[in-house]
Amino acid sequence: MSVAIQHNESGNAHEEHHEHKQTFIEKYIFSYDHKMISKQYLITGLIMGVIGITMSVLFRIQLAWPGESFWIFDALLGKFAKNGVMDPSMYLALVTIHGTIMVFFVLTAGLSGTFSNLLIPLQIGARDMASGFLNMVSYWLFFISCTIMLSSLFIESGPASAGWTVYPPLSALPQAIGGSGMGMTLWLISMAFFIASQIIAGLNYIVTVLNLRTKGMSMTRLPLTVWALFVTAIIGLVSFPVLLSAALLLIMDRSFGTSFFLSDIYIQGEVLAHQGGSPVLFEHLFWFLGHPEVYIVILPAMGLVSEIMATNARKPIFGYRAMIASILAIAFLSTIVWGHHMFVSGMNPFLGSVFTFTTLLIAIPSAVKAFNWITTLWKGNLQMNPAMLFSIGFVSTFITGGLTGIILGDSTLDINVHDTYFVVAHFHLVMGISAIYGLLAGVYHWFPKMFGRMMNKNLGYVHFWITAIGAYGVFFPMHFVGLAGLPRRYYSNTAFPYFDDLTDVNVLITLFTILAASVQVVFLFNFFYSIFYGKKATQNPWNSTTLEWTTPVKHLHGNWPGELPTVYRWSYDYSKMNKDETDYILAGQDFVPQNVPIQDNEEETMH
Amino acid sequence: MTTLLIIIVIALLGITFWQLSKIVKLSKPADSNDTEIADNKDNKTQAKLMLVFTVFLYGLMFYSFWEYGKLLLPESASEHGHTFDQLMLISMGLLIFVQMITQFLLHWFAYKYHGKKGRKALFYADNDKLEFIWTIIPVIALAGLIIYGLFSWNDIMNLEETDDTLVIEIYAYQFDWRARYAGDDKTLGKANVRFIEGVNQLGLDESDPYTEDDIIVSELHLPKGKPVIFKFRSQDVLHSAYFPHFRAQMNVVPGMITQFGFTPTLTTAEMRETDHMIDKVHNINEIRQENSIELEAKGDMPLEEYEFDYFMLCNKICGASHYNMQMKIIVEEEEDFDAWLSEQQTFQELTAKK
Repeated sequence: MSVAIQHNESGNAHEEHHEHKQTFIEKYIFSYDHKMISKQYLITGLIMGVIGITMSVLFRIQLAWPGESFWIFDALLGKFAKNGVMDPSMYLALVTIHGTIMVFFVLTAGLSGTFSNLLIPLQIGARDMASGFLNMVSYWLFFISCTIMLSSLFIESGPASAGWTVYPPLSALPQAIGGSGMGMTLWLISMAFFIASQIIAGLNYIVTVLNLRTKGMSMTRLPLTVWALFVTAIIGLVSFPVLLSAALLLIMDRSFGTSFFLSDIYIQGEVLAHQGGSPVLFEHLFWFLGHPEVYIVILPAMGLVSEIMATNARKPIFGYRAMIASILAIAFLSTIVWGHHMFVSGMNPFLGSVFTFTTLLIAIPSAVKAFNWITTLWKGNLQMNPAMLFSIGFVSTFITGGLTGIILGDSTLDINVHDTYFVVAHFHLVMGISAIYGLLAGVYHWFPKMFGRMMNKNLGYVHFWITAIGAYGVFFPMHFVGLAGLPRRYYSNTAFPYFDDLTDVNVLITLFTILAASVQVVFLFNFFYSIFYGKKATQNPWNSTTLEWTTPVKHLHGNWPGELPTVYRWSYDYSKMNKDETDYILAGQDFVPQNVPIQDNEEETMH
Repeated sequence: MTTLLIIIVIALLGITFWQLSKIVKLSKPADSNDTEIADNKDNKTQAKLMLVFTVFLYGLMFYSFWEYGKLLLPESASEHGHTFDQLMLISMGLLIFVQMITQFLLHWFAYKYHGKKGRKALFYADNDKLEFIWTIIPVIALAGLIIYGLFSWNDIMNLEETDDTLVIEIYAYQFDWRARYAGDDKTLGKANVRFIEGVNQLGLDESDPYTEDDIIVSELHLPKGKPVIFKFRSQDVLHSAYFPHFRAQMNVVPGMITQFGFTPTLTTAEMRETDHMIDKVHNINEIRQENSIELEAKGDMPLEEYEFDYFMLCNKICGASHYNMQMKIIVEEEEDFDAWLSEQQTFQELTAKK
């Protein structure tokens, strides 16, 4: 480290300034510190993830061996699995809550919540978020929301079971399915808290990125992580309020007799008074959030992967400006494609044409990103850390899953694959598995920054390879089940002898599910073990250029002792040679941190 | 087959647990200088594993196409379905091609450029020409697909009602279907859930004379070669009428009437005679026989022999028995269809009985 400017001597002005001892509650519970809040988000997200994935294992067991008795059902589901045989409405409840938990609680809050909080201030050179208080409020609203959602699992009539999209009238009428009683009420309340949490958090992220960048940190010098997290926050701010309005109108239909979504209903021998509403309106409102939501999930993962890939390839990310442009293009297009979930909903077919057009356009920036990642690997010096492996895995599943989007986004082709397992395979690969890979890559990469210790790399390798095999083993064959015409959300397909030949595939998928799910235990062990007993981390273990690695390993309130760093360059000066091509810019060091001034023998780039 | 798969996965699970047993050992680095950062040796091992994984991935893909390709739906039994199949084939061809190339490049680069002592990465930040090329290629490919898709979509969704068209109402409720034919007057009578009473389960408006000759059945019969327009109505929650063999689907929405139309081209008997269906049914019956042996051993009833029939199923989550909401469809020659229809009871006859 010849030139890197670092202030890691202890006992400087800034630290002394904040000498007062924090109580346990101030430090670990109602903390205003973005680093602590990020850990809170991560650990809450992981706990929710364990619950969500366990649910998926349960319903996969049911799908492989339908109607058979399992002690584990008996143990976990109690009265919803009499004699160990899963109840059909419990099956629907499991898929509903699995979807809700994974999409919102794990991949929205767990992913973007963790890394926005950790990385935005650290990578832009800010002492904390714009509002530490709002940041704390946002986490605790999220926590309340989780608690309510989980409490709905324990009520008499069962949790919400109308699918994670909660389409009315099914979700509005307790007569139609048990879960639409108290369970659905709790679901809606939980989501209202969740949305409030996301809006508060999003505002905070946006303000922080716009106002608190350190000297020299122009927008075009920001690491792609910050760009991705920033744009994610904007999409969230645009679309989450619409979901809130949908939820509020649904609450009114359910509890106050309004008819926004209900009309002409005869159920259980009785005509309901509702008249004039339309479920299609709900679908529009829901997907106005629902579609941007998948980009809210995937964009942060893209940002993390870009950063990790450049660092570990010891190369700049290829096409930095194109990457930013495609993030912006994806973000813009993501808000005008929601109708592709509704091609056969009964909406005007002309609208279907428009949405086909916008949807297929989104493939263009996505393709650019994929090509740019592949080119980033080309002629690199790839450091195969677990985070890097997960990033490569991310690109792989993102391509596999993304390509089938071309089928589903085409209104004509959607007719026959809509709501089949083809859709399930598509979105799990492109936004489920990919986003989880992004999350895991991020955890392996920034663990030293979060906890000051390293995770065990060998366990990381075992975790990655078995997960990678399991994930493809689950979702690749699943496409064929969908193309065979099998609808999703079926408790069992035994009512159709025509589908009897799909049993083998279903068994295979379930075995891979169990494999992939069980290896996550290795990760959990590694994670919690390393927090306490991991190897002590050095300040910049991955030889990275971004500002978070210029802070001391021990967390300080305010991040940097003394002055904030000044930025002189973009964040991707890896393996850049000096003018004479004799050595790297900083002799013997293949990276130049952002806070290092431009050197004499250096060719200036546009950043 | 299943046994083999189970063995493979059990073997994989075995490896997992073997690895798990090494956790304690692994989590304590033997060499205290170990930094938990990938070193030269790790880079090499992981790059090799990357190759192994690539083999697994391509193996899985080829195996799936080979083995599970047989499971796909048979040729379309409707007229527009051929356009659908054609477009599906082109799109699939394109994306399988892209998949094979990009996955290869990704994994190959990951292997080839794995870290080595002394290797220098190339500082390669931009290339406008390259980026232009891989922006424009997807643009062209997608433009083609979009145009093709939109023309097909317009053809399929633009339903013209002529004298020759058969209009059928499909009525959905938790958890079954009914079909209503217009009868001699070729007009479906008015209906609303508020008229539901006794045998009038579909809520037909008895004051509307057009309802008199309407025919309500629980098994859908369709004449071959005649355009059919379906008008969908639901009495309670959202359902979706999915006709996989006809490449047709439309949601059934309470409070509104949705529609979809197609022309059947293969009768049930013709579809049963196709090679694909003979093989499939044979295979299914073998599986059912195997299962029957198990069932009989437990003292249960054996499974019936399966014979292919078209069906329509519910494809929008609608409640606990969603998975068993189906209606049998019979496609037959027009004269058989007419004969069948004339035997059915009209709405007037139905209500007169009470």
